[in-house]
Amino acid sequence: MDLLNALVAFANFVFVPAVAYGAQLALGALGVTLIYGILRFSNFAHGDTMAFGTMCTILVTWGLQSWGIGLGPLPTALLALPVGIAVTGLFLVATDRTVYRFYRRTRAAPVILTMVSLGVMFVMNGLVRFIIGVDSIDFADGARFVVNARDFRDATGLDEGLAIRSTQAITIVVAAIAMALLFWFLNRTRTGKSMRAFSDNEDLALLSGINPERVVTVTWLIVAALATTAGVLYGLDKSFMPFTYFQLLLPIFAAAVVGGLGSPLGAVAGGFVIAFSEVGVTYAWKKVAGYALPEGLQPDGLAQLLSTDYKFAVSFAILVLVLLFRPTGLFRGKSV
Amino acid sequence: MADPFLIGESMTGGYGAANILHGCTIAVEKGEIAVIVGPNGAGKSTAMKAVFGMLRLRGGHIRLEGEDITALSPQGRVAKGMAFVPQTHNIFGSMSVQENLEMGAFLRRDDIRPTMEMVYDLFPILRDKRNQPAGELSGGQRQQVAVGRALMTRPKVLMLDEPTAGVSPIVMDELFDRIIEIARTGISILMVEQNARQALMIAHKGYVLVQGANRFTGTGAELMADPEVRRTFLGG
Amino acid sequence: MTRPVLLFALVTGLFVLTGITQSWSVALTILNMGVVSAIMALGVNMQWGYAGLFNIGVMGFAALGGLAVVLTATAPVDGAMAAGGWRILGALAVGIAALIAAVQAWRRMRRGRGLVVTVIVIAGFLLFRHIFDAGVAGVEAINPTVQGNLGGLGLPVWMAWPVGGLLAAIAAWGIGKTALGLRSDYLAIATLGIAEIVLAVLRNEEWLDRGVKNVIGLPRPVPYEVDLQQSAGFVSWAQEYGFDPVTASSIVVKLCYLGLFALVLAIVMLLAELALKSPWGRMMRAIRDNEVAAGAMGKNVKARHLQIFIIGSAVIGIAGAMMTTLDSQLTPASYQPLRYTFLVWVMVIVGGSGNNWGAMLGGFLIWWLWVMVEPIGQGVLSALTAPMADGWLKAHLQDGAAHMRLLTMGVILLLVLRFSPRGLIPER
Repeated sequence: MDLLNALVAFANFVFVPAVAYGAQLALGALGVTLIYGILRFSNFAHGDTMAFGTMCTILVTWGLQSWGIGLGPLPTALLALPVGIAVTGLFLVATDRTVYRFYRRTRAAPVILTMVSLGVMFVMNGLVRFIIGVDSIDFADGARFVVNARDFRDATGLDEGLAIRSTQAITIVVAAIAMALLFWFLNRTRTGKSMRAFSDNEDLALLSGINPERVVTVTWLIVAALATTAGVLYGLDKSFMPFTYFQLLLPIFAAAVVGGLGSPLGAVAGGFVIAFSEVGVTYAWKKVAGYALPEGLQPDGLAQLLSTDYKFAVSFAILVLVLLFRPTGLFRGKSV
Repeated sequence: MADPFLIGESMTGGYGAANILHGCTIAVEKGEIAVIVGPNGAGKSTAMKAVFGMLRLRGGHIRLEGEDITALSPQGRVAKGMAFVPQTHNIFGSMSVQENLEMGAFLRRDDIRPTMEMVYDLFPILRDKRNQPAGELSGGQRQQVAVGRALMTRPKVLMLDEPTAGVSPIVMDELFDRIIEIARTGISILMVEQNARQALMIAHKGYVLVQGANRFTGTGAELMADPEVRRTFLGG
Repeated sequence: MTRPVLLFALVTGLFVLTGITQSWSVALTILNMGVVSAIMALGVNMQWGYAGLFNIGVMGFAALGGLAVVLTATAPVDGAMAAGGWRILGALAVGIAALIAAVQAWRRMRRGRGLVVTVIVIAGFLLFRHIFDAGVAGVEAINPTVQGNLGGLGLPVWMAWPVGGLLAAIAAWGIGKTALGLRSDYLAIATLGIAEIVLAVLRNEEWLDRGVKNVIGLPRPVPYEVDLQQSAGFVSWAQEYGFDPVTASSIVVKLCYLGLFALVLAIVMLLAELALKSPWGRMMRAIRDNEVAAGAMGKNVKARHLQIFIIGSAVIGIAGAMMTTLDSQLTPASYQPLRYTFLVWVMVIVGGSGNNWGAMLGGFLIWWLWVMVEPIGQGVLSALTAPMADGWLKAHLQDGAAHMRLLTMGVILLLVLRFSPRGLIPER
């Protein structure tokens, strides 16, 4: 038994990746849940919104790189992120004005809006493919590691190394800042509170003089910021590929539903629940178990519950469990 | 005769093709309480909503302080100094009591703290529970939050749609006392009530509506004394 | 009445035009796939048009139909059962038994059932994996370059079509049990998930369908072109009418497919129309238009929804099996949700949701557009970029033409939803 090495192996292969992935999912789920809370439909264009925002950021990153502007050890994409957010925000608000607003005025059923979001998804998907193509793009530059596995081994004298990639560290820091800003905004500012009020009780918000169009516009801008940030962080951590972003819809929706659609706190919790389950179920525990268990009890096989090809099955299974046993989600969202 | 402070004059209209209101007139003077009573389906709430602009009128006018506001949206009327407390869904359940009050004052840019203190003085229990989510309060306390939210706009007219629906008799008496207090500060009150007898007791003016039209109009005391009103609507 | 006739005439015209300007073989290829698309659209229309159910897992149900073709029509792989097939079947039985035990434990027990169910599920899963993995290794070791799977039952390929419907129906039952009765969006999310998982299984379980190595050369319900070309009778027949035997064989094969598919389409259409006009169909639409009122009238809304969801999914499964039959191969990597799920939705919405004729028209029309938008887009873009100087932008724009179809479909969907939400042939 060697608990210390087991712990380091666990941190290296499960904890750190899952926290980073969880932060990315949480940011994505926050966008979905805000749209759901304010505009009252499930936005199936969200994955492609993330792709669109990331694409804008990548284009700006390339521009900056060609001018030789960078952030030193940090990825240039962080510098490009605000521009990406701004462009995406403009695009989303324009989409709202040309597409969604009509259905709001006619008080269309939510499912119609969801259907409309499919159309928007098609258009955004086509745009992204048209502009930047379908191939995988790696746009992370700067330092690769914050903590290097070998340095860690040398420093601690343990057999196992702990590597923290800079993209993981950046993901966690940026996501924490974004979430802190969002919750500060929602709970402390007048506009943020008016958004919560609108989400809670639309008619009463109108009676209080809250301007729905303003609330909706602000929501789209925040969603643009969240989606772009989530997409860029995911792309830095893994790589950017339009189809992968579409596929992220499932874990993101699962996270939002698990937390309770419409509940921002739930979206964050849901993101981490999904990420930890996904990584935990698809990780081969052989190494960790080899350290943690006493001689003789150690597993022969990989001790992997499911192959990584089935990671979406994990999100799905959790989604099904939540739908079966607690459809309103962990944080009692406004569902059912 | 001078125009009343707020008047909905010969209002005709309804939600669909059919009219619910047929030339119905409702008015309230400054600092007074006007109560709309009548049997179920008489169009009481509809009349109230019409005054607040939540119903498209086919005939008639709404005037506030002599100004014609018939074409104004509900939001526009809020800005003009009218406040409305719906019968149900009248609080932001997931937000704290204090946030509910803040949302009531959304349009105001000045210091809202004095008004909030006024509301807390009126409903002291809300001061104790100000950080609790309003959805977790009891029925009577929720109604206090609802009225408090409406008062935060510093309205000239407060409109209440069945404020005592679903609360216990003790809470109802308490709420009526508060409503009298509010009227004494110079705010006009227009309300729809199921509990006609109690409501008419505090009313300066009462309107008995039947099938969307005025059947009886008078001071609260007059209506209470009218044998026909007593027989038909107050249960003897 | 004239409007539908005109529209169908228009679509017919489009196919005839393709036949004249390009070739009849191309027109027939598009038409055959159009029939399959029309059947899928009918399936989605039953769910959405009759009942308002939002299924965005069309791809998954269609892929299950494709799997049915492999499992039904391919020849069994020699020795696969002995090498591990029985173990796999046993493992699946163990897995299902564990699930049933867990469900029963949950229903029958009160105290501490969460723990018991968790233990049953985990133990069942470990046992399943224990039996299953060895079986899979055995099967996949058999001649892996061309086989390595269980193979099928070796039945005639048309029998795979109802089997495809059955597989899709089983999956739909599971999803419907979970997600129906909740918000409409939940069904959408759940179906999105099941589609991804079905595809993950098809891509990774090589013992089942060889995964991304694809199953090729699936049996066909119609003659092969080569055989026709070698048949003296056919060649002389073709020459007698002045046809080139090679072209004629290809067209004859496609016509045979068309005949079979048109028969299925006609049957599905007939049943769908009869059902829609029956008291059952009226009840469905009543439920769709006002669930609360229908529930108050004593209709079991959830059970009815489950019923229509299963039927609609089965129709999609049948169409999926037909599509795989037409392709003569199962290529799990080629299933893309934008193409298989969302395109079918565009067909239904554009054609007219709630109207079977509309959905069918949408199937033909949108499929034709989907195929033709790419060359048209290419033409438009090269025309537009022709005056531009050669350079990366010009090259990029021309390369991008391939993605114009997504954009076009999205715009069409948005325009129809906005300006003609009832579609080309509205519900009566």
